[in-house]
Amino acid sequence: MIKKEMIAMLLAGGQGSRLGVLTAKVAKPAVAFGGKYRIIDFPLSNCINSGVDTVGVLTQYQPLRLNTHIGIGIPWDLDRNIGGVTVLPPYEQSTSSEWYTGTANAIYQNLNYMEMYNPDYVLILSGDHIYKMDYEVMLNFHKANNADVTIATMPVPMEEASRFGIVVANEDGAIREFEEKPEKPSSNLASMGIYIFSWKVLKEALVTLSSQSNCDFGKHIIPYCHENGRRMFAYEYNGYWKDVGTLGSYWEANMELIDIIPEFNLYEEYWKIYTKSDTITPQYVSDTSFIEKSIIGEGTRIEGEVRSSVIGSNVTIGKGAVVKESILMDGVTIGEGCVIEKAIIAEDVTVGKGVNMGVGEYKPSTLDPRVYAFDLVTVGEKSVIPDHVQIGKNTAISGVTAPEDYPGGKLESGDAIVKDGDRT
Amino acid sequence: MKAVGIILAGGNNKRMGELSKKRAVAAMPVAGSYRAIDFALSNMSNSHIQKVAVFTQYNSKSLNEHLSSSKWWDFGRKQGGLYVFTPTITAENSNWYMGTADSIYQNLDFLKSSHEPYVVIANGDGVYKLDFNKVLEYHVAKKADITVVCTQLPAGEDPTRFGLVKMDEDSRIIEFEEKPVVATASTVSTGIYIIRRRPLIELIERCAQEGRYDFVNDILVRYKGLKRIYGYKMTDYWNNVSTMESYYRTNMDFLKPEVRDFFFNQYPDIYSKVDDLPPAKYNVGSKVKNSLISSGTIINGTVENSILFKKVFVGNNCVVRNSIILNDVYLGDNCVIENCIVESHDTIRANSYYCGDKGVKVVVEQNSRYLL
Repeated sequence: MIKKEMIAMLLAGGQGSRLGVLTAKVAKPAVAFGGKYRIIDFPLSNCINSGVDTVGVLTQYQPLRLNTHIGIGIPWDLDRNIGGVTVLPPYEQSTSSEWYTGTANAIYQNLNYMEMYNPDYVLILSGDHIYKMDYEVMLNFHKANNADVTIATMPVPMEEASRFGIVVANEDGAIREFEEKPEKPSSNLASMGIYIFSWKVLKEALVTLSSQSNCDFGKHIIPYCHENGRRMFAYEYNGYWKDVGTLGSYWEANMELIDIIPEFNLYEEYWKIYTKSDTITPQYVSDTSFIEKSIIGEGTRIEGEVRSSVIGSNVTIGKGAVVKESILMDGVTIGEGCVIEKAIIAEDVTVGKGVNMGVGEYKPSTLDPRVYAFDLVTVGEKSVIPDHVQIGKNTAISGVTAPEDYPGGKLESGDAIVKDGDRT
Repeated sequence: MKAVGIILAGGNNKRMGELSKKRAVAAMPVAGSYRAIDFALSNMSNSHIQKVAVFTQYNSKSLNEHLSSSKWWDFGRKQGGLYVFTPTITAENSNWYMGTADSIYQNLDFLKSSHEPYVVIANGDGVYKLDFNKVLEYHVAKKADITVVCTQLPAGEDPTRFGLVKMDEDSRIIEFEEKPVVATASTVSTGIYIIRRRPLIELIERCAQEGRYDFVNDILVRYKGLKRIYGYKMTDYWNNVSTMESYYRTNMDFLKPEVRDFFFNQYPDIYSKVDDLPPAKYNVGSKVKNSLISSGTIINGTVENSILFKKVFVGNNCVVRNSIILNDVYLGDNCVIENCIVESHDTIRANSYYCGDKGVKVVVEQNSRYLL
């Protein structure tokens, strides 16, 4: 008989539209982070480090990169005879086929997967946060309270609390009330979107609310459980946790890794983060280079200057080029004599010679001011940028661009070039 | 490829000095991210050999650790696989491997129970890329009994530590001298052979009956007139890491762009065990020139013309020049290391000075890291 005490369901289907051109062709959990990782590596590594060896990964938006990255789960030791990692895309059904219309709806459509493992508890995770967390400790908390639902929470500054789902709890953690993005929050405990459900409670709630449109955990399942008097507890987490939902917070979280002793330390022996490494060759640093305050991935070749940056694998930085406070993902090529400042450059981008990025003054974005509201240059994957162009602040580029796309050899601050066929 | 692979990784070599105290030569770290045996294993995997046996006996802890999973070289298959054979005591035999031929003899069942018609035999200490299918094509075209892969040593290199080969116009080997006192040629055997499986079993069994144990002297040299032994000339990069000098030089070769490009960028790749280390980190004060840096390394000081292996820590104001720093070495602040090979897991105290004035110096220091 197959039996797993706790299985994890990892929601990885979202686009993460506020990452702009970075998620035009990949789901947010598959976006590169910290030189060699992808965002989904953090919850997956947390699972195996916590002893959770059965993980269903729910995919929907642009799943190719995610699928190839996860494979059969070898890097995380999740290639198991029983359990392991399973990718769960939406599927056609004999009567009512539909996409995953909400977080809880996605889980509901995979009831059969969960039932296969006969679990006592189900851990619900999302694939877009950077953190290290022992889910076993949270499970022990859940068991000790004889809880039906446990919600992971963390204290946030009171002035920011109105951006989150807020939980009001007693001293012992028992939850009294929920406030979704309240104007006047009565607590500063924010829900992290990580839940442990006792299996029967989850199943009952999912089945009862199965006809609810866009069924969502925060909006429907949690309030439903609360109204029905389930035992609900708030588990307080006090470690590092970063939502990388916007370009600004994504850039910041990367930059925090390069501190002398970063708050989020990847170099600790304990609680390793695993990832699929396509490249294992060492990096080469030439005579003409200078590197300071940076982390740099495998197989990269550096002949220029790199300061305060996060550089991925197989990147080439030409002679005389200067890269400052930027994030370069795998396979990026920077031509000779470029000056790159405050840029996020996605996989396999080719930047010509003598390009200046991040010049001039900040201006509001003409493309989408909700997404592009930082003084960052964002370049989507496989883009090409011609020689000797000037690119302003708060700009976005996606696709193969030619000199004619840059009137007067310039892309003004706040402007964007998005080629046909590329979405933002 | 219709062949099984055998990797002879048994040996220790006195000329490796202190470096091989800890490990068999085949487990020596090479080029930042690899171990010597990765090259033979990857070449076999890339030539579509599915079944490989590694024979080892000298201090095989490091090697066994490295080979603990066969998946990195894609040998984790239902058909074939990676086998590591160390000597065992049986009812008939309680000896160690007394030579290369003997190591094959003691594991003859491996060959007998295989069905592939050919066997590729290679050493575990060569650094090269070779498609064994091309060698096999040549072997068949020449109607050879045994094909020996040979290479031309560059000028200035001492051939007396190799097997020297002389061939006629047809590339048939007419002279084979193992480690001669005086070198009369510069074409040497790379220790890579192709032979049909059944004749190999016969030769090995006859050797054992006659009390002979060495593959080179007792088979290649002894049978060179009787059997059709041909030389296949390899023209790409080849080196082995069996002496301290050649180990140092082979590693330093990876600072040359053409060698790096050949091994790191051109198809096919060399594989190795994946270690799950974070990217290398350069802090304020780091100054790195013309060096190879591997993952998990943290640099606070100056590094020039050197190769840093995985998980090395370089303290503040350190100067590392023309040196090879092996895995998981900790260099305290203000150290100076020049012309050295620093043994893996070493902890060097702050303010230490090591300099190889005449040739390369091997540094072995096991200070307690967490009391510093």
